[in-house]
Amino acid sequence: MRIALFSTCIVDGMYPKVAKATVDILERLGHEVVYPQGQTCCSQMHVNSGYFDDAYPIVKNHVESFEEWDFDVAVAPSGSCVASLGHQQPMIAERKGDDDLARRANQLASRTFELSELLIDVLGITNAAEQLDSYFPEHVTYHSSCHGMRLLGLGTRQSDLVRTVEGIQYTQVEGLDQCCGFGGTFSFKNADTSGAMVEDKVANIEKTGASVCTGGDVSCLMNIGGALSRKNSDVQTIHFAEILASTKENPLKVNGPVSLTGGSK
Amino acid sequence: MSVTQLGMPQVRHGVGNIFETEPFPKYAERELKNEQLRANLGFATHKIRDKRAAVTGELPDWQDLRTAGSMIKQKVMANLDTYLEEFERNFTARGGHVHWARDAHEANEIALKLIQAEGVDEIIKIKSMATAESGLNEYLEENGINAIETDLAEEIVQLGDNDRPSHILVPAIHRNRTEIRDIFRKKIEGVDPNLSDDPAELAEASRFRLREKFLSTKVAVSGVNFGIAETGTMTIVESEGNGRMCLTLPETLITFMGIEKILPTVEDYEVFLQLLPRSSTGERMNPYTSTWTGVTPGDGPQNLHVILMDNGRTAALADEVGRQALHCIRCSACMNVCPVYERAGGHAYGSTYPGPIGAILSPQLGGIENEFNSTLPYASSLCGACYDACPVKINIPEVLVHLRGKDIDAKKAKKKQIPTQMDGLMFGAKKLFSSGKLMALAEKGLPMSKLVTGKDHKISKLPGLVGGWTDYRDIPEPPAQSFRNWYKKERPSETKRVAGERVDIDALIAQNKNKVAEAHAAAEVAATDKPAPKTEETK
Ligand code: SF4
Repeated sequence: MRIALFSTCIVDGMYPKVAKATVDILERLGHEVVYPQGQTCCSQMHVNSGYFDDAYPIVKNHVESFEEWDFDVAVAPSGSCVASLGHQQPMIAERKGDDDLARRANQLASRTFELSELLIDVLGITNAAEQLDSYFPEHVTYHSSCHGMRLLGLGTRQSDLVRTVEGIQYTQVEGLDQCCGFGGTFSFKNADTSGAMVEDKVANIEKTGASVCTGGDVSCLMNIGGALSRKNSDVQTIHFAEILASTKENPLKVNGPVSLTGGSK
Repeated sequence: MSVTQLGMPQVRHGVGNIFETEPFPKYAERELKNEQLRANLGFATHKIRDKRAAVTGELPDWQDLRTAGSMIKQKVMANLDTYLEEFERNFTARGGHVHWARDAHEANEIALKLIQAEGVDEIIKIKSMATAESGLNEYLEENGINAIETDLAEEIVQLGDNDRPSHILVPAIHRNRTEIRDIFRKKIEGVDPNLSDDPAELAEASRFRLREKFLSTKVAVSGVNFGIAETGTMTIVESEGNGRMCLTLPETLITFMGIEKILPTVEDYEVFLQLLPRSSTGERMNPYTSTWTGVTPGDGPQNLHVILMDNGRTAALADEVGRQALHCIRCSACMNVCPVYERAGGHAYGSTYPGPIGAILSPQLGGIENEFNSTLPYASSLCGACYDACPVKINIPEVLVHLRGKDIDAKKAKKKQIPTQMDGLMFGAKKLFSSGKLMALAEKGLPMSKLVTGKDHKISKLPGLVGGWTDYRDIPEPPAQSFRNWYKKERPSETKRVAGERVDIDALIAQNKNKVAEAHAAAEVAATDKPAPKTEETK
């Protein structure tokens, strides 16, 4: 299958290794991955901040860059950005009176999947150890990001895949369905409330005793990881794509000094 | 009432207690430092949350009920004028008097005249959001009339010095038992000085104070949960029974009703009697449900009035996306599940309506252009818990985002306004996000960001607007190279177009329809799950 990767702007700029891990997993399954170079962002930051007019050229760019390419299905390692494609892009186009773009945005959204959804629902993966050779001998907990959970209805897809990774130990966090407090620009516009939310989230994560907190959206993981780092906690945040990509031959290392999951050193 | 309109009708916004008194983030910052408040709120909201989840989860047709509730409300909004007139006809035919108020001031004035006509200087009240919205108590007080709240929690708020309700169902949710005991000891005349904080004893102290008032007061003021158009019937659902006393003992009953409270038929009422108690108190049925239709000679109030209050509702109705806020049945489920409300508390929302519903209702009733109301739609992380919980499926996150758009448009329309830091940030990001080529170029500068990174490979202090982020968290060191630029170097020549048929994704999904369950089963078998740590609340 020919799969177009939508890296999302934050993975592209801050967490390239999550996109690399996504490519890695899909190629391991024998699929061809392509990367439409014109892509940038889903426009969610602008939409959620009320800048609808400014969001329009971003939506247009997204739709057009993917239309330039032939592919069977598109994938993004983010529940939030995938949800934005279907829930927000058509609205932004309609608001500008561009019904044609709205229709095309809807069409593209219907062919774009969040990673765990693609793996399970489209590609039929049910066991990461057996079908992906995933190996990660660590104690892991998981944050279920709100948009994937509520807007896409991902249910337990992401954590199910993680739990079938060889060697992994899993502990569910208390208050799994509670928001981490990220909320895009909410995190600095309402910094104190957001800070109080992430403090509680981090406390619950630490209670699990896990050394790693995984999840499906790097934005939430950056929030959680940033608060853990501020506390000098040893717990690290790692996107579940990186865990699925980790194998015995090429294991993902998490030991050593505390470092946030940004960068690609 | 005669209205002279010249030219185009103006949008008439509401007045009264529907405004922020200061920006939400500022108020919240102060409230967040109040450890007692946070503890009270955390405890109370989680308790109601769990009860609600249990009693809604047990109904096999809960989702259908929500859909039915939502559809009935949509029908009401689409034909509000017709239903209101039908209600007026039927209420009047059964001996009641209908008064129309364009805003809260008019509603208060009408109530005052009716009370004065009875020649009393004291009235009793049933907990009512509409009169809290209109500021009736304060208005009556200015005019020499004492309004006594008979709901226990409202009473606590009324007796507490300079206190305000902070929740629509549990107005004193910000108080714990000890605080309530202290208020009662101080404020209830003749109360046992050794009154304990046992809930039964506290309720008894309140009962002792109110019994005499119920029997001696001639006029009661109430709100209403639903007004039924086909019969002119009014209904109140409550827990304590004080409402039943107010509705039956006095000679005159004046009811404040927001114009959106209409239901078309008695049959529709059935849906809401299932939705409301389960969503609000987490009970299968509330203890007291009162319904009254007109005047019955020799039984109950003989003078029956209803004040139909607009106060910005027609303005909200004009907004296609925003109007769903008028579907609200004031159950409070949205605030009970809201992580922002849980931490900032109800007072931070300024208005009578706190929490997620307040964040979308207040700016619509009072106008988003109103100075601080524009901060309300931003008081949310858009996590969506409120939408899941709402018994009439109000898509609160959708309306929040919609109102943010209106706020930005309103600000832009004020031509001379100097662009804010936020405007600048968004403008820059728009330029960048509109072109992959520009992004690639800009990302070449990523190594530059090392300049702001500390020795520990993280950023701990950002300036200006985004500084709020680093007040609570670090930012990781940006990578040396973006994914896009790495990929281009790795794979310089990918072909955009390829011949051949595309895979039928829908067919694949249909074929894999059992895989979600299989993956879950595999996870249950494979995982060496560690037990969750012992805590009071494990979901
Ligand atoms: S918005 Fe929905 S959940 Fe919130 S109080 Fe109204 S009816 Fe209840």
